[in-house]
Amino acid sequence: MGARASTPRSAPPRRTRLLVATRKGLWALTSDASRRSWKLSSPSLLGHIVHHAVVDPRDGKTMLVAARTGHLGPTVFRSLDHGRTFKEAQRPPAFEPSSGRVVDHTFWLTPGHASQPGVWYAGTSPQGLFRSTDAGATWAGVEGFNAHPRRKDWCGGDQDGTPDGPKLHSVLVDPRDPDHLYIGMSSGGVFESADAGANWQPLNQGVAALFLPQPDPEFGHDPHCVRLSANPDRLYQQNHCGIYRLDRPATRWQRIGAAMPKSVGDIGLPMVAHPHDPDTAWVFPMDGTDVWPRVSPGGKPATYRTRDGGATWKRQADGLPKSQAWWTVKRQAMTADRFPTAGVYFGTTSGEIWGSRDEGRTWRSLARHLPEIYALEIA
Amino acid sequence: MAASGPGAVAPVVFRVAIPSQLFSYTGTRSVTVEVAASAPRLADIFAALDRRYPGIGFRIIDEAGHVRPHMQVFVGHRVERDLTARIVAGDEVMIVGALSGG
Repeated sequence: MGARASTPRSAPPRRTRLLVATRKGLWALTSDASRRSWKLSSPSLLGHIVHHAVVDPRDGKTMLVAARTGHLGPTVFRSLDHGRTFKEAQRPPAFEPSSGRVVDHTFWLTPGHASQPGVWYAGTSPQGLFRSTDAGATWAGVEGFNAHPRRKDWCGGDQDGTPDGPKLHSVLVDPRDPDHLYIGMSSGGVFESADAGANWQPLNQGVAALFLPQPDPEFGHDPHCVRLSANPDRLYQQNHCGIYRLDRPATRWQRIGAAMPKSVGDIGLPMVAHPHDPDTAWVFPMDGTDVWPRVSPGGKPATYRTRDGGATWKRQADGLPKSQAWWTVKRQAMTADRFPTAGVYFGTTSGEIWGSRDEGRTWRSLARHLPEIYALEIA
Repeated sequence: MAASGPGAVAPVVFRVAIPSQLFSYTGTRSVTVEVAASAPRLADIFAALDRRYPGIGFRIIDEAGHVRPHMQVFVGHRVERDLTARIVAGDEVMIVGALSGG
């Protein structure tokens, strides 16, 4: 495979801090320099449904949190003091009133390009794309997508969404070009814009959509998680129908999940790209057979790692429960730090955080008894 | 802001009961808002509430102008989800988190 790494290595981090977004609030889990000792914070925004929490890598300080509660409408909270205090966005993501559409929740947050401080993107359920130019204080719709005449065709109806609502996720900004964006939609597929969101093109060739009648549809797919690798010309995708890789400028995805063990399959929710090596990535498979149990296959959780761009996969389960572990990992709940030997982390639907300081070779439990974990991000 | 000048409508004060879910905005379970409209409607209450406590309106009312599914609004003892409903001086508005939330 041998994709070229184009992202320069920055100074190694001194410790790892994970933001833990859960169904009942936000926590931070912080390591020491060796990543052997971890400390869990007290909760912030306790009782809020936190879909995503992200710290701006451009200033290392601004934290945005996409939240709602069981009763109240969706909003975005901002913190400038590492989560000690929060202020609500003055204008959270919301559709134009004339559209008749309503944001159920903001699902995904992405800091903008390094050359555009203060710019952030948000993806919502149902599928909507929003942009802030003031570090999350106010948000406006990216109307090139939200008002696109084909948006409804691309996204389908409510029945085409995931169990907790159709969503726009995986907002990716090309580190070489602030105008070059990718989004993923469940459902809808992967789309690309070369002009900062003014226009969009589907990018789904080669991706299976077994729930649609057409053999190779242009859109309507269900990417669960799309990631840029250390080489921004290489994308990885964990889809409802398999694991894929795309090397640009090609436009046809390759099903690299075909090399996964047949007894495990290549269905899952998250996918993580190695921070420095574009040939390395991890997935966390789940059971997608018959009625879609969405648990670890056979109750035996494991990550699978490729070091050759998906040609081969290695099972990594040392330290994880050997049986009777019926949880899984949601699409935002797996991540990697930027140490030279990357740490890999995932949070489970049963509220446990597992970590590996050796790229998945060995695992240990870092925190337990949390609410259902929705997202893990390196802060 | 009190109305003034010829043709101006004298503001009417309404009491609004606030549920615990929204104390972070108001700090209290009962607030008053002033509405200056010749034929005030429930929407005017929420507009006044949002002016006084910025952001509170969107947590209760969505961008299409509907009361959110897990919020409930009473005017007096009457459930009222129609924001165009008329209100009159003396009406008490109660906002509650519906039992369906959680």
